[in-house]
Amino acid sequence: MSGVRTERYVEEARRGIADPVLRRALSGLQERFGRGTAEAYRRLPEGPGLRQTAHAIREKAIANLDLLLERLAARIRGNGGEVFFAATAAEAVSYGAEVARRRGVKLAVKGKSMVTEEIGLNPVLAAQGVEVVETDLGEYIIQLAGETPSHIIAPAIHKTRNEVAELFVQKLGIPHTTDPPRLTHAARRALREKFLAADLGISGVNLACAETGHISTVSNEGNIRMATTLPRVHIAFMGMERVVARLDEYEILLRLLCRGASVQDIGTYVSFIGGPRRPEETDGPEEFHLVVVDNGRSRMLADPRFREMLSCIRCAACLNVCPVYGRIGGHAYGFAYSGPVGAVVTPLLTGVRRGRDLCLGETLCGACKDACSMDIDLPRMLLELRALLAAGDASWGVEPTGGLEGRAWKLWAGLVSHPGLYEGLLRAAALLQRLLPHGGAGWIRRLPPPFSGWTQSRDFPPVARETFRARWAKRRQEAGRG
Amino acid sequence: MTGKKAVTLFVPCLVDAFRPEAAEAVVAVFERLGVAVGYPEGQTCCGQPAFNAGYRDEARRAARRFLRLFAAAEAVVCPSGSCVAMVRHHYPALFEEEPDWRELARRTAARTFEFTEYLVDVLGAEDLGASFAGRVTYHDSCHLLRGLGVRLQPRRLLRRVKGLEFVEMKNADCCCGFGGAFSVKYPDISTALVADKIAWIQESGAEAVVGGDLGCLLNIEGALRRRGLPIRALHIAQVLAGERFSREGARP
Repeated sequence: MSGVRTERYVEEARRGIADPVLRRALSGLQERFGRGTAEAYRRLPEGPGLRQTAHAIREKAIANLDLLLERLAARIRGNGGEVFFAATAAEAVSYGAEVARRRGVKLAVKGKSMVTEEIGLNPVLAAQGVEVVETDLGEYIIQLAGETPSHIIAPAIHKTRNEVAELFVQKLGIPHTTDPPRLTHAARRALREKFLAADLGISGVNLACAETGHISTVSNEGNIRMATTLPRVHIAFMGMERVVARLDEYEILLRLLCRGASVQDIGTYVSFIGGPRRPEETDGPEEFHLVVVDNGRSRMLADPRFREMLSCIRCAACLNVCPVYGRIGGHAYGFAYSGPVGAVVTPLLTGVRRGRDLCLGETLCGACKDACSMDIDLPRMLLELRALLAAGDASWGVEPTGGLEGRAWKLWAGLVSHPGLYEGLLRAAALLQRLLPHGGAGWIRRLPPPFSGWTQSRDFPPVARETFRARWAKRRQEAGRG
Repeated sequence: MTGKKAVTLFVPCLVDAFRPEAAEAVVAVFERLGVAVGYPEGQTCCGQPAFNAGYRDEARRAARRFLRLFAAAEAVVCPSGSCVAMVRHHYPALFEEEPDWRELARRTAARTFEFTEYLVDVLGAEDLGASFAGRVTYHDSCHLLRGLGVRLQPRRLLRRVKGLEFVEMKNADCCCGFGGAFSVKYPDISTALVADKIAWIQESGAEAVVGGDLGCLLNIEGALRRRGLPIRALHIAQVLAGERFSREGARP
């Protein structure tokens, strides 16, 4: 996979934090959606416990994934569609590229799809001369700007209205305006021409249902419906986990998806697609392809520690509550998926050692778990990833961290097992700390590395002259004498 | 009140080293309620720092020590949400593959309580007869709130303190950016989080911020002191035990 920049987490985070425009945008987003989603779960007729029901539905689907995918594929093929199982990103991309070549595609319109970001589809199509146009307004904006999405649902959240205005003046040649309806209108006019001229429509898949043999897409702009019905060919890319067994289960997930993603009871456009246009139908593509993407998901499926990640339906509710995401923004995560979901799934997809800062650079505050529409325990998996890094894991190709860090923790374990030694060290620290620069009440102004990060912006508390352990012992002796 | 109760105190390593008066305050509160307090000597740390860093063998070593020390306790009470979450949620998982230890971990988990949770839910005590002059706001530490579901208990206790004016800050439930080793390894992100927390505390007009986890409080106080702000950061036990426990550098 190209475009993985997870090793730059710390510096990209710093850049995000330093951007006051980003902070304002994310703060607004989190206040609207973060609190709103919690409220929307509470208002569910079944109550917020529906998330646990959904979790069980997802677990069952993941446990039966092979059967469900087979059934889904059989139905779609029965309807005259093609289904391709891609083991890797490269296989998925070349399949799409080959279809485009065979059909002589010059122009492709795309509905918003994170899995095509993951597999890096656009650059490959562009390299073979296909113009690929993103048609989700947010995706269109960042495509014009040559950027990548910084939020799974609100990809252009990092752009201001003024930046969009400038961009549209340059790229669409419209007169300068910062009026959102006018800007939207300009984008719509430009996109309508692309919809009408395109020979290929590309979409992702929000959810698929094995029982009915449909994939479904959800949007609020209607762009995905146009992208998947107007061109002659439609290719849908789907992460292999996005299937459920039955329509009644699908319905529960759809309702939670819309609440988690955008605090809606249901998205404005929900489309069900089971194959190409039938002879008696007037709309729809001549060819329909479903590309089921593995790209590392089987490895998650095989590992009970991380299988739960396959329950994720990428609603992005976790981004809307995560305090870390809210400060650093989506680009810091260095891959298609950002926020808490990105912190877990990106290292699993693109390399745990390389993405170690994503695993460690979180506070484990647990807000993501409470916000998750599928009730996934993301903090648990962050802890598992940390354990995997510390101890190493051959099945994930991860060497143990070892070195100074490993030795330091061994030393720590020895210390906490020997209370006398432990107390002695605290005594020594209480004396030695006086040598460090300190301010009011003995609070330390500057700590040496590796602890200097704390005192970069905070004073550090002094070790008490007498620990509680020592005070208790003294008290016991006094009581004994008394 | 329930005079027959006995609690066994687990003092978190941070409280032991940096704020022993908070643990003394816990003892004072229980003594006032007629609850016997035990303290197994030789206790150090629950293992959470190693566990959160991914060092599970090292965490297990600390956990085994904890479980042995507290095996006989009727109720283990600890003035920290995150240490209790460690014992309650992570100990049983740490010993998944060792049936004897797992059993002991489960039994201990069921008998381990956070301080305010024990006061309100087990003892049914809310008015502890404490007084505190000033306006106070409460910071929900992540593991106490989301890990243990403790939100109302500390607020109910604070509202019964004489002379204390309770105010909610904005986003009281938002992480302060402590996160253990996170605060040292990712200082830029941690700083951004605590800066917002400080701003919300200031906006509330509180003279003191109170919480149930010392890690958060040291993070917040460190940032308050660096800014030269006169707002204090106190463990809730210090407020509930009476004013001599909340004085600067208190040695009651």
